[in-house]
Amino acid sequence: MIVRISRRVAWIVTLWLLAGFLGAVLVWMAPGFGIDERVLDPRWTKDSSVALRGDEQARLGPVSFYIDWLEHFARGDLGESNSLGRPVADLLRERLPITLRSAAAGLALGWAAGLILAVATYFIKLPGFDWLTAAVAGILLSLPSAVIAVLFVMLDAPVSWAIAAVIVPQVFSYARNLCNRAMCRTHVLMAAAKGVGSARIFFWHVLSTIGPQLLALAGVSVTLAFTAAIPIEVICDSPGVGQLAWLAAMARDLPLLVNITLIVTGITLTANSISDWATSASGIEGATR
Amino acid sequence: MSWTSRAVVLMALVLSLSPFASAGGELRFALPFEPKTLAPNLATDDASETVQYLTGGVLIRVNRKTQQLRSELAESWKTAPDGKSITFQLRQGVHFSDGTPFTAQDVVHTFRLMMDPERQSPLADSFRTGDGQVQATADGPSTVTVRFPAAVAGVERLFDGVAIESAQSPLKGKAVLGPFVLAERRAGAFLVLKRNPNYWKKDNDGNALPYLDAIRIEIQSNPELESMRFRRGQFHLMSMIEPSQFDRLARAPGIEAVDVGASLDMEILWFNQVPKAPIEEYKKAWFHSREFRRAISEAINRDDLCRVVYRGHAVPGLGPISPANRFWRDAKLKPQAYAPESARSRLARVGFKSDGDLLRDSAGHPVEFSVITNAGNRAREKMAVLIQEDLRKIGIKLNVVPLDFHSLLERITRNFNYESCLLGFSNVDLDPNAQMNVWLSSAHQHPWNPAQERPATPWEAEIDRLMLAQASANNPEERKKHFDRVQEIVRREEPVLYLVHKNVLVGYSKKLGNVEPSILRPHVYWNVEYLTLDGQ
Amino acid sequence: MTWKRGIALGVLASIFGLAMCANLVAPYPYEKQFRDSVLAPPSAAFPLGTDDLGRDRLSRLIYGTRVSLLLAPAAALLTTLFAGAFGLLAGYLGGAWEWGGKAVTDLFLSLPWLFLLLMVRAMLPLNASPEASLVITFALLGLLGWAVSARLVASAARGLKDSEFVLQARALGQPSWRLLIRHALPNLRPVLAAQFWLAVPVFLLTEANLGFLGLGVAEPLPSWGSLLRELEDFAAVRENPLLLAPAVLLVIVLSCLHIAARGKEQWS
Repeated sequence: MIVRISRRVAWIVTLWLLAGFLGAVLVWMAPGFGIDERVLDPRWTKDSSVALRGDEQARLGPVSFYIDWLEHFARGDLGESNSLGRPVADLLRERLPITLRSAAAGLALGWAAGLILAVATYFIKLPGFDWLTAAVAGILLSLPSAVIAVLFVMLDAPVSWAIAAVIVPQVFSYARNLCNRAMCRTHVLMAAAKGVGSARIFFWHVLSTIGPQLLALAGVSVTLAFTAAIPIEVICDSPGVGQLAWLAAMARDLPLLVNITLIVTGITLTANSISDWATSASGIEGATR
Repeated sequence: MSWTSRAVVLMALVLSLSPFASAGGELRFALPFEPKTLAPNLATDDASETVQYLTGGVLIRVNRKTQQLRSELAESWKTAPDGKSITFQLRQGVHFSDGTPFTAQDVVHTFRLMMDPERQSPLADSFRTGDGQVQATADGPSTVTVRFPAAVAGVERLFDGVAIESAQSPLKGKAVLGPFVLAERRAGAFLVLKRNPNYWKKDNDGNALPYLDAIRIEIQSNPELESMRFRRGQFHLMSMIEPSQFDRLARAPGIEAVDVGASLDMEILWFNQVPKAPIEEYKKAWFHSREFRRAISEAINRDDLCRVVYRGHAVPGLGPISPANRFWRDAKLKPQAYAPESARSRLARVGFKSDGDLLRDSAGHPVEFSVITNAGNRAREKMAVLIQEDLRKIGIKLNVVPLDFHSLLERITRNFNYESCLLGFSNVDLDPNAQMNVWLSSAHQHPWNPAQERPATPWEAEIDRLMLAQASANNPEERKKHFDRVQEIVRREEPVLYLVHKNVLVGYSKKLGNVEPSILRPHVYWNVEYLTLDGQ
Repeated sequence: MTWKRGIALGVLASIFGLAMCANLVAPYPYEKQFRDSVLAPPSAAFPLGTDDLGRDRLSRLIYGTRVSLLLAPAAALLTTLFAGAFGLLAGYLGGAWEWGGKAVTDLFLSLPWLFLLLMVRAMLPLNASPEASLVITFALLGLLGWAVSARLVASAARGLKDSEFVLQARALGQPSWRLLIRHALPNLRPVLAAQFWLAVPVFLLTEANLGFLGLGVAEPLPSWGSLLRELEDFAAVRENPLLLAPAVLLVIVLSCLHIAARGKEQWS
């Protein structure tokens, strides 16, 4: 057990470090990397312009940069942002809580609303209800996250609601489709034929069948929430990591981008690992045999 | 209640009715980006310059309304006849925000820091007009002389940007001489400046300035959000209103929206004339042809650019000097008129022929080229599309390629892999000397062919000579004569097509008093010490 | 065929037909500028008004439908196929395949692919034809957007591995490739369909945002994405709700596609 966990942790750390390096390579190779925006300032003399360009050329390649960054990271130093001129640690300390709060609230709200709607379509057999829920989900599904963000800005709603609006249709339509499929399974049909009540069928048979896949969606939706946070924070002007990521990307701020890539990777790996572990630990897949 | 208490209450009542009641309050506005630096004299972006303007004390200030020089921390000054030095008599009894006295040593210290090449201050480069050091020396506790290696044209105006730092204060650069001092900062969210309790300036009645208690600057990148919050009263002013929002804001209650007039800025288009540019040789030949450039200029309808893109809040491009710059603009020059027929004739004269709807050069190549501009700037993207349509009418196919700013910068400064570029120039100074490094052919900021070892054309050599002549001339009239000639050459050769000078569009709450919008930056709060908020 | 499906197909056919016949149906060419009628309100001459360059919005919406209706679903299909293949192999085969698959998808989800797109733009000639730029853009989107879907497909495929019908087919001696293609893949259709529907609107607006990088639909060619960018002006939307027309059309088309593709799948 301990060996397995250690191997898993080592695997995650390896992937994590690899992501940071690949991210650095991508940024380093991007057009405009290393260009100092100040070069257009007409106040610079020729000598200063040459010196600025010399600074550009003196920037380390991705391998050297990453090794240097790891050495500093081991000492607790995350480097300094080129574009904002501040320690990356300070920037993340100020902005990460904002994004985490919005994403967590958005995820909780999105999952709650999505699952409630999916379960409701199972239990409420009113004509048109299924159509209504599908229509609402369809509208939210069809509108890109940036458009949803605009609508919520106009309503003066918090950022988390916009994130929730991105998550809800995915959870709802996925859960609904899974439930539809599960209802057609032999053992479920058998239970229904034997007169087992709807609620018991749902909680004892349907939920156990769709559980692993919902857990997989849970892991992915964490990444989706953070991905959606970027355009939403940019449009809503929320000073979180999403907005910081966009500013860093536009400025080709390598130290900042490497750190943000590692944060996103960490969240992705953690969320997906937890959902994988929960799936296998529940033994739910075995129940289908 | 005792007599003392009654007197206090009565005094409070009287004070509440007096003009002093308008003092105080927190001014709120937004900046699109966070300041990159709060270190004095290192500001290269608008946000940093804003904070420096509000907190920094300077020796001489340019009055943004009258455009004349005004004494600030220097009671008087005298420039040497050869223009190589300037001596200041400093105001006495002035203290930094932390109480440290202000002396000549602080000016010396400021210049020493600023001129340190390690600090990379662009402001310092404005003073470096020749080989040799720029030095400040204290000739007494209140007298300081700054010496330059060569004469600096319009040197007094440059001191408007030099914020004096304390040599003695333990707070170093955080101790300031300006009306406000930085009190709180949350990265990406806001900054709060509080009134400097030791600010030296008083109004005509002897009341301490500034009138405002504080300024809250929020970071708001989304202009639509900023406009929405301004309409809701969450901000007291907007400095750079988009033309699309201006008319809407003018109709909003409680808001004064003002079109101040043409700014000093310009939107321009230029062709890549770098010899080693990785573009086809036949296209290089087009771009090197004066007749080609002039024809393109004639084919562009600048009135439509002003009317459609800027909703009438812009004037057609004149040249390197905006019509708002009354002294320095060449009054003989008029905006290029829209003349597509003349454009066709001009192109025909140099061998271009119409082939149905297409124009072809003498070798049969269809005339097609691209224009890059910075994506996200809606005005420039729209201008590019209008120009695309204008050129289509004379058979030229223009491909509009918006790029993110860094990709564009790489193309125009590093690999020169572009054909034409549509961008803007911001002038913060009226004096054309500020454009020296744009017009000198050897400069890296020379747009169409930077960093030339020797001038590629006779007219660029002539411009070099004239710019250096105006920089070393003794009097403004002589300088103007040289610079008028530069403007005429630029109009004749059109290496840069001047499209529009956009107007300064500002808005402020009717609660804000003593506002006098100006075309010079900062447009609304240049006289921040005198601004008042009603109801405070 | 249910009546709902019939209506949905009818609506889709009409919209598709209109879009394909844009040259005949649109009142004006999409690039024509009426510079004296900028931001004109709806009228007989301009049913949806004009945009900020005086171009007829209805014409641009019709032409934009042609671009977006063809390319966004194509990109979504590409990404779904890729995700399906990848997820199926990783989830069904398990073991090292699953570990490797998860590692690749997690890395894919974490990396800033924006910079790859910038590199592609840098490599493309500035005078690339709008059609070439468009196809390359959507192909890139299709190739980069598969990771999220792949994980979900892998999870679903894992569940199918030990299902009764697969065990039965295996007992009958069917080879693995046949099990994958004939048994596992069809049962993943609902998952793949759900991912397809999720991908289409994402690609539509991603295409518009790529305009920021110099990719995507080049002016003056319209697309739903570029039309949707007008919604960023909140106050303009309030004043002229017809600006929401592209968003409404997007919802209608996607809803109809969803209903039409659901077929006979009903929850009884």
